[in-house]
Amino acid sequence: MSKYWKEYQKEIADDNYFYVRSCIRQNFFPGAENLFIDILRNKLGKTVFEDADHTTCTGIGYHTDIVPLETTMTVVSRQFALMMEKGYENLVVSCVTSFGLYSEILDMWKHNPELKKKIAGYLAEATGRKFMEPKNMVHASDILYKYRNDIAAIAKHKLVNRHTGEPLKIVDHIGCHYAKTFPERGVGGAEFPQVLTGLITAWGGQTVDYPERRHCCGFGFRNYLVQENRGYSIAQSKIKLESMKPYEPDLMVANCPGCAMFLDRWQYTLEETEGSIYGARGRKIPVVTHEELAGMVLGYDPWEIGLQTHQVEVEDLLDKIGIDYNPELKYADRKGNLIGEPEMIQHHLC
Amino acid sequence: MNKGNLAGQIFEDPRYHEACRSCMNCGVCTAICPAAGYYDYDPRVIMNLIRDSDEETLTALLQSDLIWYCGQCMSCKPRCPRSNVPGAMIQILRSVSIKNGLFSKSSLGRQQLAIKRAIGHNILETGYCIHPTRVDPEMHPEQGPVWAWMSNNSDQVYGRFDAGYDQAGPGLLRKISKNSLDELDRIFEVTGCKELWDQIENSHLSL
Repeated sequence: MSKYWKEYQKEIADDNYFYVRSCIRQNFFPGAENLFIDILRNKLGKTVFEDADHTTCTGIGYHTDIVPLETTMTVVSRQFALMMEKGYENLVVSCVTSFGLYSEILDMWKHNPELKKKIAGYLAEATGRKFMEPKNMVHASDILYKYRNDIAAIAKHKLVNRHTGEPLKIVDHIGCHYAKTFPERGVGGAEFPQVLTGLITAWGGQTVDYPERRHCCGFGFRNYLVQENRGYSIAQSKIKLESMKPYEPDLMVANCPGCAMFLDRWQYTLEETEGSIYGARGRKIPVVTHEELAGMVLGYDPWEIGLQTHQVEVEDLLDKIGIDYNPELKYADRKGNLIGEPEMIQHHLC
Repeated sequence: MNKGNLAGQIFEDPRYHEACRSCMNCGVCTAICPAAGYYDYDPRVIMNLIRDSDEETLTALLQSDLIWYCGQCMSCKPRCPRSNVPGAMIQILRSVSIKNGLFSKSSLGRQQLAIKRAIGHNILETGYCIHPTRVDPEMHPEQGPVWAWMSNNSDQVYGRFDAGYDQAGPGLLRKISKNSLDELDRIFEVTGCKELWDQIENSHLSL
């Protein structure tokens, strides 16, 4: 840890991680979490344990107000109990909504011991498990930030346009619940988040600063989940996309699975409904997660880490970086058999 | 259900201490709020109304659409010069509104029924808030053709990334065991979530 700006840094455990998956990331970026585990185990030599019995944290239910605070707290206390039962005390959280929720819960227990005691009672009554708290709790992107230079040392590619030799221009989007709720739990806090900037610069890229850099992606929970409310959601992403457009970013990277999904999907919808395209040369802007960004520089096969599950096609980006891929295997199954291609894929060229 | 004394219920919520420390009504929360930019919504006004603590005013607020606009991004928290959290205040107001049956007076509040039947049932039936088999491409045209391809070929697509997809054991979208689902169900029972869900269902029936 640097001796400067200590209030903007955080303790990130070195090893022996208990990993909890994300509902949204598993659904929409199905290659990302196994990639993260593989990087930690096989590139960085870390121990990562995953428990089949952990469930959703109920975060989407909590923020849509159908799951009460004490219910969510008890479900989260069950995740902590599973971790301690397996002998781990360093929690690594895949989802940013979950991470913000765990941060909120740990803070409330710290300031409200009566509430903590009540939740311990609920946990015992409902599951028979013993109440415990993690020693260290971080988001998965924090781990990649901690080991960003180690990853750079073994990287196969740099975030550089091989045709021009210029660093790729990369938008970093930090999920709101990573640090806005508890700034002290995010690397760089809420105002100067470094967790993705650190990855981008360590791996050769250049970050894009634009006016709406910290604006929400627009998930808005009930504002997306209820079909008639979705205008709110797309309007927020549009604010961001219009703001970043003049800077002609080569890609976006997000540590929140919901943000990555919305910034990807709403580009498709805005093109379909308005004809709007926000990338340079009439192309949309690829959006990747922090795990996928690491996987790209480390030389993983793009289709094995799930880049074909993004609505915005990534081939241009792969070509810029110099990442090889086999087009015939993009839409193949585990055995290499073609599943069938998505319909209506459009290519917009100048 | 403890009805009446809405101010008391709001102040007793464990989140109240964080949500409202000492609002000076500066309006920074409204300036940063994505919902305020989209709807006719002003979190500064909400914070003001709460501090009045007038039951008639609170009743009107809790049965209005106003408390259902917030997108829960919590952008208000880091910018508030007094460390208030209007987004957390909204969570308290929604909770008290549902407990007292006031939410059903609002068209946006009544959307809780659809959310409960979608996300709530997903949680107890699958162990996930969302699942590929429950995000219907026809109901989600904005998800685009790649999502339709993933959803319609879920075994092959998800199976490419993890042979354990929808199977017992750890891994991608593993099948959550019956024992774990039973534990979730008991947690929802003893902590009062099922009582809340009954309130949502019954308020709908009484309309």
